[in-house]
Amino acid sequence: MSNILEIRDLTVSYGGIEAVKGISLDVPEGEIVTLIGANGAGKSTTLKTIAGLVKSKTASIKFMGNEISGMTPDKIVTSGITLVPEGRRVFPNLTVKENLRIGAYLRKDSLEADFEYVYGLFPRLKEREWQLAGTLSGGEQQMLAVARALMSKPKLIMMDEPSLGLAPLVVKSIFDIIKTINEQGITVLLIEQNANMALQAANTAYVLETGRITMTGAGSELLRDERIKEAYLGKSKKEK
Amino acid sequence: MDFIAKYLPYLLAGISVGGQYALIAIGYTMVYGILRLINFAHADIFMVAGFIMVYASASMPIYLSIPLVIVLTVVLGFVVERVAYKPLRSAPRMSVMISAIGVSYLLQNTAWYVTGGLAKVYPTIPWISDTVTFMGCTTKRVTFITPVLTILLVVILVLLIKYTKIGIAMRAVSKDFETSQLMGIKINTVISMTFIIGSFLAAVGSLLYFSNYATVTPTIGAMPGLKAFVAAVFGGIGSIPGAVIGAFIIGICENFIKAAGLTTFSDAFTFALLIVVLIVKPNGIFGESTSEKV
Repeated sequence: MSNILEIRDLTVSYGGIEAVKGISLDVPEGEIVTLIGANGAGKSTTLKTIAGLVKSKTASIKFMGNEISGMTPDKIVTSGITLVPEGRRVFPNLTVKENLRIGAYLRKDSLEADFEYVYGLFPRLKEREWQLAGTLSGGEQQMLAVARALMSKPKLIMMDEPSLGLAPLVVKSIFDIIKTINEQGITVLLIEQNANMALQAANTAYVLETGRITMTGAGSELLRDERIKEAYLGKSKKEK
Repeated sequence: MDFIAKYLPYLLAGISVGGQYALIAIGYTMVYGILRLINFAHADIFMVAGFIMVYASASMPIYLSIPLVIVLTVVLGFVVERVAYKPLRSAPRMSVMISAIGVSYLLQNTAWYVTGGLAKVYPTIPWISDTVTFMGCTTKRVTFITPVLTILLVVILVLLIKYTKIGIAMRAVSKDFETSQLMGIKINTVISMTFIIGSFLAAVGSLLYFSNYATVTPTIGAMPGLKAFVAAVFGGIGSIPGAVIGAFIIGICENFIKAAGLTTFSDAFTFALLIVVLIVKPNGIFGESTSEKV
């Protein structure tokens, strides 16, 4: 299968410090790809660079064959990439419905079918349509952040730590939704500290350590890898 | 009847000047809401609008000079943002504020240079400057037009912010620049829009204000500007209805102080009021509580 996203030699510096040191990764179309790694490994920076929020001087980022490196965020959204940011970042002063409308900001066509679609995925949001997003629970806000991203009709949805700060049951339902979205044909690039859930869901996984990719493989494969178990899954050999 | 005869003129003047403060205050409060910037140049944009009218009306009929004042003021507000604030988008807030003070003096000095420091007589706008009598009290028609026009414009603005795409985008940007960009919102377009609206209202405010005050000088923006700013803080900076209500309260109170024979203290009152409000309710009457910011 062809790659929807191809990154070559992505280097990003923040104030003289290299946060990402020349990574290359491929996201095959229709898959769930995960990027795992510790805090500060450069995961969020990588996603922000793809989304156009952060500029990289050296990178080549190809999306569906077109170079998107250096494009402004609005152009990147139009081309079909969306990012669900870390910590959900719903607009607390906007209602649920307004958050969804703003997710479709660049679209000029009718949104009615899309409202139905996301309310179908997240019936809870329909119930809370007129509520301010700031009054939702953490799990509901995460659902809204995902729904808002879907409103732009993306081909690739990137998610930054969707499980952060959520109860285990809610995390499970978020991952179920991720799989559902993926089955409907949207490619997913997921970064997670919750490596266990991410590796279970992912077709392909990359491990990022201090700005470099150190391992690549199928999700299920990495799940069984001893080094991964020790470093990210919290299980040492002795415990077994 | 005596009571009405004595106080009605003050009440009318208060409502009228309150409306004019409100039109200026919205510019302060909207810019603060999005950029967290106190736009010190706003009062001077209001002043420049006054001079544009003086010069425009000297060379063309009023029905052309009024739209020209509005267009040029809007362009000025837009240009000031692009030239003096936009390049400092990622700079500390203090730098932008200093830039705003710089623009304020630049506009004042330019006005001194162009006018030679002389007060210019503001043209009489027919119909709105006409004298009318209401319940035995003689005043200009602008006294009645101001509150009606102010409330009309505020209602339109509030509807625009509540229901249009650009309005929703403005509210989104006021909370979170980065996530707004992720939605595809062009931050700079939204910020420019804010300055355009603010300058438009300041231009309308200047037409009404100077119709009452006869002359324009390079420093005339300072006092109404400061009071409009106090109104914005009083109402809760960032809140449009707050700024409008604050402006009417200040306008009316100020004139009742005059009615009580304390004209000398009417300006001092405005600032005393600000101090009291800030002590009792630091976020103003409609201000968002700071605890919600994470």
